[in-house]
Amino acid sequence: MDEKFLHKELPYNLSNFIVTKNGVVSIDASNMHYRDLNFLIKSYANPSKRIDLYNVNGQRYIGTGLKNNVEIHIYGTPGNDLAAFMDGPTIYVHGNAQDGVGNTMNSGKVIVYGRVGDVAGYAMRGGKIFIRDDAGYRVGIHMKEYGNQRPILVVGGTAQDFLGEYMAGGILVVLGLTLNNGEKHKAKFIGTGMHGGVIYIRGQITHIGKEVKIMELDKNDMNLLKSIIEEFCSYFNFNIDEILEGEFKKLIPYSTRPYGKVYI
Amino acid sequence: MRTTNFLNNSHNDYKVVEACALFGMMNLSGRRFGARDPVRAISSMHERSNGLGGGFAIYGLYPEHENDYAFHIMYLNMEAKEKTDKFIMQNFDVLEAEEIPVNPEANVWKPPLLWRYFLQPKKEAIKNQSHDDYVLNNVMRINTEIGGAFVFSSGKNMGIFKGVGFPEDIAEFFCLEEYEGYMWICHGRFPTNTPGWWGGAQPFSILDWTVAHNGELSSYGTNRRYLEMHGYYCTMQTDSEVMVYALDLLVRKHKLPIEVVAKIFAPPLWFEIDAMTPKERNFYVALRQCYSSLLMNGPFTIIAARTGMMIGLADRLKLRPLTAGIKDDMLYLSSEESAIRLVAPNLDKVWSPRGGEPVIGRLKTLKPQEILTT
Amino acid sequence: MKSYIEPEFIVERDNEKCIRCKVCINQCTYDTHYYDPEDDVVRSRDENCVNCHRCVVFCPTKAITIKKNPTQYTENWYWTRENIVDIKKQAESGGVILTGMGCDKPYYTYWDKILLNASQVTNPSIDPLREPMELRTYLGAKPDKLEIEMENGDVVLKTKLAPQLCVETPILFAALSYGAVNFNVHLALARAATEFGTFMNSGEGGLDPRLYKYGDHIIVQVASGRFGVGLEYLNVGAAIEIKIGQGAKPGIGGHLPGEKVTQEIARTRMIPVGTDALSPAPHHDIYSIEDLRQLIFALKEATDYTKPVAVKIAAVHNSAAIASGMVRAGADIIVLDGFRGATGAAPKVIRDNVGIPIELALASVDQRLRDEGIRNKVSIIISGGIRNSADVVKAIALGADAVYIGTAALVAIGCTLCQKCYTGKCPWGIATTDPWISKRINPDIATRRLVNLLRAWSFEIKEMMGGMGINAIESLRGNREHLRGVGLTDTELKILGIKMAGE
Repeated sequence: MDEKFLHKELPYNLSNFIVTKNGVVSIDASNMHYRDLNFLIKSYANPSKRIDLYNVNGQRYIGTGLKNNVEIHIYGTPGNDLAAFMDGPTIYVHGNAQDGVGNTMNSGKVIVYGRVGDVAGYAMRGGKIFIRDDAGYRVGIHMKEYGNQRPILVVGGTAQDFLGEYMAGGILVVLGLTLNNGEKHKAKFIGTGMHGGVIYIRGQITHIGKEVKIMELDKNDMNLLKSIIEEFCSYFNFNIDEILEGEFKKLIPYSTRPYGKVYI
Repeated sequence: MRTTNFLNNSHNDYKVVEACALFGMMNLSGRRFGARDPVRAISSMHERSNGLGGGFAIYGLYPEHENDYAFHIMYLNMEAKEKTDKFIMQNFDVLEAEEIPVNPEANVWKPPLLWRYFLQPKKEAIKNQSHDDYVLNNVMRINTEIGGAFVFSSGKNMGIFKGVGFPEDIAEFFCLEEYEGYMWICHGRFPTNTPGWWGGAQPFSILDWTVAHNGELSSYGTNRRYLEMHGYYCTMQTDSEVMVYALDLLVRKHKLPIEVVAKIFAPPLWFEIDAMTPKERNFYVALRQCYSSLLMNGPFTIIAARTGMMIGLADRLKLRPLTAGIKDDMLYLSSEESAIRLVAPNLDKVWSPRGGEPVIGRLKTLKPQEILTT
Repeated sequence: MKSYIEPEFIVERDNEKCIRCKVCINQCTYDTHYYDPEDDVVRSRDENCVNCHRCVVFCPTKAITIKKNPTQYTENWYWTRENIVDIKKQAESGGVILTGMGCDKPYYTYWDKILLNASQVTNPSIDPLREPMELRTYLGAKPDKLEIEMENGDVVLKTKLAPQLCVETPILFAALSYGAVNFNVHLALARAATEFGTFMNSGEGGLDPRLYKYGDHIIVQVASGRFGVGLEYLNVGAAIEIKIGQGAKPGIGGHLPGEKVTQEIARTRMIPVGTDALSPAPHHDIYSIEDLRQLIFALKEATDYTKPVAVKIAAVHNSAAIASGMVRAGADIIVLDGFRGATGAAPKVIRDNVGIPIELALASVDQRLRDEGIRNKVSIIISGGIRNSADVVKAIALGADAVYIGTAALVAIGCTLCQKCYTGKCPWGIATTDPWISKRINPDIATRRLVNLLRAWSFEIKEMMGGMGINAIESLRGNREHLRGVGLTDTELKILGIKMAGE
């Protein structure tokens, strides 16, 4: 690893905060600039199977541009754009994440033991994101798919306005597990501009975009949902039967050309 | 007005564009605390600023002068100071006046002269105005008529410290480690022009109102002209100025509760209003009709404060980030959760408010009506 | 309902010259011509004609003339034919009127009011035929100064330079999205750029993998729809351009009508076949200047800081302040697209009314960055209706580092600016993705035509530079002393930063 490409002088000797044991590299990210942290992650991603990051606080772009199958565990609060443009690794966040999780992500997995901020899964093109608690605004905007590349984003709690805006492909699931009895999802304009893909919502919906229609689930939907929720529960120790008992609705676009008549 | 206008906006843009980091921290029991946590938190959001502005508002700052108006004034030269001193002495009783203590070693850019005064309005001069209106008008006069002088803080038992430099350097410059307060509002700035003018930094303040703002108001032209109609002159061409004046007008002069003001800035959409009960609907229609010029359009998150109260509010489409956190009797507001976690790793509750729904922290010791007095 | 709209063009056929070869019927993609076997004559449906001249050019006996319909509404300078017809169209459909290419209105064109200098007597002009004339330009962020150390008598450079793009001529091919144009056009642009030593821009529709081998000469674009944006795409290009807006439609997103989304396009863009590919108006992760900084550095992280990141905006009222913010956000190149910029599809009312001329935007951005002392931190590329090499020279003298040509490149390979790109039926095979019509563009021939255009313009630029007594383009950059204005007001002269002819 070529130290002269580090962004700036680190306050202490490199070897003091990187420990390797049994193929697991542990990095203490205290006071580290994101550029140095990501440089270290990229340098160790190839030979290692697993990288643990401690004391993460606000560092951005963790996982950006990473291609291989490394497993990364984050302890702390990662900064914006976690796993942006990521293509392969699996990231576990033991805490909350911020805005821009999985921005234009191509493949790989992100598992968040907590909540995420706004704009998660923007332009996502593949891979999976599992969020245990709530998500913010504009989740899953313009998700896309083609052939085998089909992204999946699951929110365990509730999400806010503009969920699935402009979706062109992919699967978005919102389970509402953090809602109280009888409480509705507050999100407005769900699926506005949707022209591909599918959204499954468990619980009562307040407002949807005009390009979306609500349908009941058929057998194929149930099978698909079951396998997705099985994977979700495996991470978070939820009871799958309790979840599947809830009332699910499926949202799909009326047409692939919702604006066909608007422009002449 | 000409001087400060030019200084803050030398390219004569119709408005100064900037982006920011925000952090607010309040002890709801009124217990005063020091600079360490707020400064650490705002400095950690380094990526959101670029060193061309930083600032702090501290409430509960001058308990020994609890009822006096504390003016913080910056001067470009001694001549401006002499003129201002004369003006102040004509219109106020000066209980104390001194240079604000600074640390000249700090890495900040060309500081102006910085003075603070503890004042009471002169009884003979007040006539029919309230004390607050009297002070407001005099502050406007100093800022628009005396070139090279700018009152950047004019409330009771609170003060603003701001300038051109990273927030941590501004904190070092003003020796903030010497002060305590029960509420700290912090700001780091990323402007698109090169300000040299300390007055242009945030937070912006009038009387005991403070606003730290992140975003850009596309409705600025409309908001400004409405406020000018009501006697508030926008000399800085920044969004936070318009926010502060709007808050003063609506809360202090029009006596509207802060929850209603939030609905003026970020009202529900018409289709939501149409679906309300008739009583609610009438109220919101009236609100949007009367105060249409104060709808704040465009992305914004503000952390606003006045004595005893801290408010966090995002625009109705939530285009800018805002996270709130509570630990025991501390309320935190921040652009990024990581800044809160840095100073409070274990939180009782953390959440992001919905667009248009304010987060309000009120001092438990203050009775509700005390908060709304003029 | 019955349409009240009369044909805009009339097809006149000289029946004595016409040999009934039916080439015009085969070539027309709008079904304008048809053969009447009873009368053995070729006729035309005037209402379908769009004035593309495909039949005119290909008729072997030059029997066809296209005329503007001589039947005119009563003369009315305020209510033009276009105003009247647009209203009738909207009354019939309730839709937003689309159009293609750039603004065609007779608004001010400042290029034509700026004149160039030539050296005489006091300073010799230079002859480009025999003497060196350097056009090479490096695009990217330049350091404030260089730090040098002496090591054992050798000069060693300590400053690390940011990544740069090297162009042999200050002309690049503008962004034309894959979907707005077809693969053959993209291929021709890529080959021409590679051959001449310049760059093409992939546009917002992603890049067909068959073009990855030309990656060193391609600037890949990341627009709000993020079509085709994966790690490989980002790393294969020579630079990355974040598209915030474009001159033809500032403030609104990209628009590819569903007719043009074929299997190939759907695969690259990862959206369903036949769907309208609408890029949202904003990047949904850029709502403020610090968000732009966040995306710029996300892209730099994703490509290990090896490529320059450009940011493209449309020229609007406060372009100068925005440009200043972009520099501080970390952009290496600023791209300004003026209101004459072209497009495959845009609402006509936006194309013709939103944005400002590029000459004024360029002058104010260049001046503003200099006032703030940060001009060297970026290179400026402008686009939006660069019609000839004189426009290029004037642009560089006003302060640009290079220009993008879009319309000019398409005209070179056949476009006649009929403004019907959004129908997907371009008979010249350019603005269409129909596999059959796309064959009309032969990539080899198109490449030749583009290289010829670059060569011709580059030589003309050298002639003009030589005439000014300059033999290296960096001496022309921002050198407003070589420009004079005619017929401009004081304010216009002040904003352009040039003197009046005669001064």
